[in-house]
Amino acid sequence: MKTKLSAENLNISFGTKHVLKNVNVSFAENEITALIGPSGCGKSTLLRSFNRMHDLSPDAKISGSLKLENLDLYSKTVPVTEIRKRIGMVFQKANPFPKSIFDNIAYGLKINNLPHDKGVIEKALREAFLWEEVKNDLKMPATRLSGGQQQRLCIARAVALRPEVILMDEPCSALDPVSTLKIEELISHLKEKYTIVIVTHNMQQAQRIADKTVFMYLGEVKEEGLTSQIFGNPVNEVTANYITGQFG
Amino acid sequence: MLRKSQKLTSVIEWGTLLLSTLLVCFFLVVVIWEIVSKGASQLSWEFVTQVPTDGMTKGGILTPIIGTVLLTLITALFSIPFGVACAIYLQEYAEDNWLTRTIRASIRNLSGVPSIIYGLFGLALFVQALQFGTSLIAAGLTLGLLSLPYIITTTEEALMRIPNSTREAALAVGATKFETIKDVIIPSAMSGILTGVVLTLSRAAGETAPILFTGAAFYINGTSGFVNQEFMALPYHLYMLSTQHQSIDEVRPIAYGTALVLIVVVFLLNLTAFYIRYKYRKNEN
Amino acid sequence: MKYKARLSLDIFFKYVFKATGLLVLALLGGILAMLIYNSFSFFMDVKPLDFITGIEWNPTAKIPKYGMVPLILSTTIVTFGAMIIAIPLGIGTAAFISEYASPRLKNILKPTIEMLAAIPSVVIGFLGIVVVSPGIANLADLSNGLNALNGAILLAVMALPTIITVAEDAIHAVPKTYKEASYGVGATKWQTLRKVVIPAAAPGIIAAVMLGVGRAIGETMTVLMATGNASILPTGMFDSVKTMTATIAIEMGEVPYQTTHYFALYAIATVLFIMTLAANMLGEYFINRFRKYHAA
Repeated sequence: MKTKLSAENLNISFGTKHVLKNVNVSFAENEITALIGPSGCGKSTLLRSFNRMHDLSPDAKISGSLKLENLDLYSKTVPVTEIRKRIGMVFQKANPFPKSIFDNIAYGLKINNLPHDKGVIEKALREAFLWEEVKNDLKMPATRLSGGQQQRLCIARAVALRPEVILMDEPCSALDPVSTLKIEELISHLKEKYTIVIVTHNMQQAQRIADKTVFMYLGEVKEEGLTSQIFGNPVNEVTANYITGQFG
Repeated sequence: MLRKSQKLTSVIEWGTLLLSTLLVCFFLVVVIWEIVSKGASQLSWEFVTQVPTDGMTKGGILTPIIGTVLLTLITALFSIPFGVACAIYLQEYAEDNWLTRTIRASIRNLSGVPSIIYGLFGLALFVQALQFGTSLIAAGLTLGLLSLPYIITTTEEALMRIPNSTREAALAVGATKFETIKDVIIPSAMSGILTGVVLTLSRAAGETAPILFTGAAFYINGTSGFVNQEFMALPYHLYMLSTQHQSIDEVRPIAYGTALVLIVVVFLLNLTAFYIRYKYRKNEN
Repeated sequence: MKYKARLSLDIFFKYVFKATGLLVLALLGGILAMLIYNSFSFFMDVKPLDFITGIEWNPTAKIPKYGMVPLILSTTIVTFGAMIIAIPLGIGTAAFISEYASPRLKNILKPTIEMLAAIPSVVIGFLGIVVVSPGIANLADLSNGLNALNGAILLAVMALPTIITVAEDAIHAVPKTYKEASYGVGATKWQTLRKVVIPAAAPGIIAAVMLGVGRAIGETMTVLMATGNASILPTGMFDSVKTMTATIAIEMGEVPYQTTHYFALYAIATVLFIMTLAANMLGEYFINRFRKYHAA
C-alpha cells in the first residue's frame, strides 16, 4: 500500500505544554485509519497538524516533518489554502456556514476558483448520501437541517473540493445512533476515493469502519497496525488496558 | 399570629421594592405622556414637510428633520466601517500584548468621555485644524468619533459569540483569513452587529452637546443640505426653541412637536434594534 | 481570483484592520493632547492655584476672574443630589427585577429601562423646563424652579438606567448557594436580600453607582436647560447653579478663538475629563473586584 500522509519526528507544544512527542506515523492511500486513545492523548492535535489548523494558535510550536506524499506540508513555498484544499476536514460538531445548502458546498469551490454549477453541487451531495433529502430545498438555510444532515453536508462540502485526504475529528460524537450509523456507512463508502483519518472515542466505531488503528497515549504513538490486530491481539499493555475499558 | 405579621412585613418589603420599580417606570410614562399629549396636536403632514417660517413661530420642522437624517448618515458612514474594522482587529487578529491591552483600555476610556468634550475635540480638529468650518461634515464626524467606542464594543460582543468551529469551517475549505471574516464571520454576526449599530445611531441622533460648536445652526433658510454648510438638527432645534428663542411661549407648541418627532425617531430605532436582537436570540436557541 | 491576489488582499486587510485599532489610540491621544495643550496655554496666563481655588467665575469682567470653585461646587451639588435620589431607587429596582420579578415581568421591565436610557438628554432637559420647574416653583413657592434640585432630579433619571443595569447584573451574579445557605438557617427573603445578597453584590453595586456618577458629571444638556446657569457660589439645592459642562456649552459659543477665556474652557474640560475618568475607573475597579471575587 502506498503511503499518502505521514508524520516524522513530529513534536508539537503549546506554550510550555508538550502535546506530541516524537510522533512517527503514516497513513496508507484509500484506507481508513482510526486514531484512538484517552482524552488529551494528542490525537486531535495530530489530526489538525496535517491541514495546518494550528496556524491559528500563535503559541503553537511545531517541529519535524509532515508530508502529503512527497510534499512538505509546512514548506514556505506551498500556500496553506492549497494544502487545506487537498486535505479536507470534518469537525466534531457540524459547522455549516450561515448560508443556503447550495452555497455551503459552492463556497469552497468559488474561492478556490473551481466550477460550482448545479451539477458539481449535486455530485457532492450525492456522494454524501444527502441529495435525495435536500434536492428540493437547495436554497434553504443549512442551519435548518437536522444534526445528522448537517454533518453529511459538511462531508459533502469537504468532498466537493476533490481532496486527496479527509480528516475527521470525532464526526459522530454529537449525533444519535441512527445518524451515526448512516455516517459510518458513508465513510466506509468514501474510502474508495479518499484517504481517511478519523479520530474517535468510540471503540466499536473504530472496529466497524477502520482498516488500521493507531493508539496514542500521553502524546506518543504506543501502537499501530491492522484494526483487527490492535483490538484482537494488542502487543502493548497500555493498549490492552485501554481497549478493554480499564481507563479512558 | 406570628405567621400573619411575618406575612405582612414581607408584603411591605416586597411593596417597597415594587414601588421603586414603579417609580422608575413612572418617569418614562411621564416623559412619554407629557410629550405625546401636548405634542400630538401639533403633529400633521404639514409639520413634518414644511420648513420653519416667520422666525420659526410658524411652519414645520422639515429643515431640522433633514439635518438630523443627513447628520446621522455621516455618523454612520464614518463610525460603522471604522468601528467594525477595529472590532475585527481586536477579536480576530490581535494577540494579547501591551498594544492590544492599551487599545482596549482606550476604548473603555473613550466611552466614558463626556459628550461635550467630544464637541470640543470636533471643534479643535474638524472645524479649526482641518478647516471644515462649522458644518454638517464637522458635526457628523464628531458624532462619528463619539459613536466609535460603542460600535466597537457591541461588534466585538457579536463576534465573540461566533464559535471557533465556524472559523475553522471556512479555513478548512481553503479560505484565507480575510475571506473567512468577510464571507462567514461577518454574515454570522450580522444581526448582533446591526443591533449595536442601530442603538448607537439612535443615541447619536439625539445628541446635542457635540454639535453645539461644530455646525448646528439656530436657523437656516430653506432646506440646505450641503456637507460644508451649517445645518439644523432636531435635538438642537428643541434646545433652542425651549431656551433661546425670543418668544419662548409662542413657540412652545412647536417645541412639543419637535420633542415628539425626536422621541418617535429614537424609539423606533430602539424598537428595531430590540426586534433584531429578539429574532436572533430566538434563532440561537 | 488567483491565489496571489487573494493572499495580497488578505495581507492588505490585516493592516487595514490593525490601522483602525491604532485610530482609536490616536483618538484618545488627540483628545488628551488637545486638553493638555490648551490647558497649558491657559496656565501661562492664570496660575493653576488661582484657577482651582478661586471662588469667582467671571471671565468677562473688567478684571476677569477664573475661579472654578463655583463650577465644581455646582457639578458636585447636582450630582450628589441626583445620587441621593437614584441610588435607593436604582438598587431597589435592581433587586426587584433580579429577585422578585417573574421572567415575563423581567422581559417587560428590562426593555422599559432601556427605553428610559434611550431618551435624548435634550428631551429630559425640556421636561425639566415644562414639568419639573413649575412643580418645584409651586411646592417651594419660588419664582421659578430652574435650580440645582431640578438638575438633580433630571440627572437621577438619566443615571438610573446605568445604575439599575449594572446593579442588577451584580445582584443576579450572586451564587445561588449563598441564598440557599441563608434560607437554610431560616432567614426570610428580605433578610437574605439585605444581609446576604446585597453585601455579596456590594462591589458590583458600588461600580454601578460610580458609573452613574460618571454619567451625571459629564451630562450637559439637562443641566444646561434646567439649572438656571447663574454664576454664583451655590449654597443649597434651591440655588441656581452653573455646572462645568454647562459653562463650556454656554461660553464656547461666545468666546473669541485662542483667548485666555477660550483656553479656560479647555482647562475646565480637563478637570471634567479627570473627574469622569476617576469615576469610571473606580467603577471598573469594583467591577473587576466583583468578578474576581465570584470567579474564585
